[in-house]
Amino acid sequence: MQALTNRGKQVSRKPMNIWERMYLPSIFKGMAITFSHLFKKRPTINYPEKTRPFSPVFRGLHVLNRDEEGRERCTACGLCAVACPAEAITMEGAERLPGEENLFREEKYAAKYEINMLRCIFCGLCEEACPKDAIYLSETFTPANFTRKSFIYGKSDLLIPDPNTDKEAYDKAAAGRVRVAVPFNPSSGNIDGH
Amino acid sequence: MLLVIDWALLLEKFLLIAVIVTIALVFAMYSTYAERKVAAWLQDRRGPNRAGPFGILQPFADAVKLFSKEDIIPSHANKVLFVMGPGLAMMAALMTSAVIPWGTSLDIKGRIVSLQIADLNIAILYVFGVVALGVYGVMIGGWASNNKFSLLSALRGASQNISYELAMGLSIIALVMVSGSLSLREIVTQQQDHVWNIVKQPLGFLIFIVCAFAECNRTPFDLPEAENELNFGYHQEYSSMKLGFYLFAEYINMYISSAIMATLYFGGYDIPFINEASMTPSWWLSLLGFACLMGKTIFFVFVFMWVRWTIPRFRYDQLMNLGWKSLIPLALVNMVVTGAAILLWQQYHH
Repeated sequence: MQALTNRGKQVSRKPMNIWERMYLPSIFKGMAITFSHLFKKRPTINYPEKTRPFSPVFRGLHVLNRDEEGRERCTACGLCAVACPAEAITMEGAERLPGEENLFREEKYAAKYEINMLRCIFCGLCEEACPKDAIYLSETFTPANFTRKSFIYGKSDLLIPDPNTDKEAYDKAAAGRVRVAVPFNPSSGNIDGH
Repeated sequence: MLLVIDWALLLEKFLLIAVIVTIALVFAMYSTYAERKVAAWLQDRRGPNRAGPFGILQPFADAVKLFSKEDIIPSHANKVLFVMGPGLAMMAALMTSAVIPWGTSLDIKGRIVSLQIADLNIAILYVFGVVALGVYGVMIGGWASNNKFSLLSALRGASQNISYELAMGLSIIALVMVSGSLSLREIVTQQQDHVWNIVKQPLGFLIFIVCAFAECNRTPFDLPEAENELNFGYHQEYSSMKLGFYLFAEYINMYISSAIMATLYFGGYDIPFINEASMTPSWWLSLLGFACLMGKTIFFVFVFMWVRWTIPRFRYDQLMNLGWKSLIPLALVNMVVTGAAILLWQQYHH
């Protein structure tokens, strides 16, 4: 028969000789091979104690960003919720009251912002849709939990720490991922705010 | 009074039995852990490492799991036999430990306590008798379950055990011819004075170890519990601690047959490279001897596991071919050659 590729290997149908029929040599050979694996490096990473380094483009848990004065950037426009293919995001907007200017960047803000991490597919479309650079995907992934309810992350879980009061925690959460936004300038032609 | 009961002896033996059985059980418990660890290492995995440091509490977690599971007796099962099966398997597994000399003796306040439950002069025959009993655990469990897979596996187990017992017996006969005694203590003492029996009986040992694998229903001869053909074999209908007993019995069997291999062929409690006869008997020497026996046993248990995670299972006809057409003739040849060698030796020396 014509071989389709030259990768095929002819199986030997020769009757076994006495040495092969004793089985023992090949059994010892096999045992030597398995024994050598005792000393091999194990590829497993002990997960909760050690984690695998992710690439800088990894899309993990969401972060709700603040501006450099520590004010929430989100204006509850709902573009992320519209962009979300898994319909994981819900939010409720509210009007900023006088005296809250140090909390919220603009006059409308998200009073409630929830992401269902069981629905989320971590596609990053919310990040792309956001005109205010308010949402980012970080390099951590959702930790395991016991109840479904605990996978619905609210604002308290998502909001990044305030850079002015807790710089260390902010930098840790931002981890180089969260960019300081440049205001949108149509004349310079930067579509995504850079 | 003719019959005077030596209460001290009774107490001594009772304590010894308790200690040996406890050691066997703990050993079996940790064999399950070791099995999983060895399997993992041989396959470049890490194995259980969550319960306690390095996972050493894993056997306890398993025990809790087994105890807390529902104990099911199938409605069409023969209830008496169904309950008896695991108990019988366990009993047969533990009974063999009675004749193994675990060490020389301990001197407790002038009283010489032998580290052997019973020094039978027919110890080897006793071992064979009890090992043959072990098949009843498999048979009864498989029969009482009223499940065709269990029954098939019980049949396989029974025929396999009987076939391999023959070759095992024949390999032991050659050993008995060499040592001239059926007492395990005597066999060990001879090995302490001369060379280990493995030097005199390499082929006999090979046959013995292959048969031991078959007797313990271990891979490559684990046909009675072939997962992918018979689901789970004779313990398919068992759950909870009844299943635990079967699994435990397998590990105890492994432990005991390793100890017997060490005793018969590798000098038992003989400490390698040391001439015990020239030293004064002491606690340390006895305990070191015991440790040596345990070390050898652990090595053989490791070999059991090592083989399990290397060699795939035999097909049933291959198993029978190997037993009847290869091992038994080999064992017979070994016996004849040994006999001839002994005759020549005697002529040469007289």
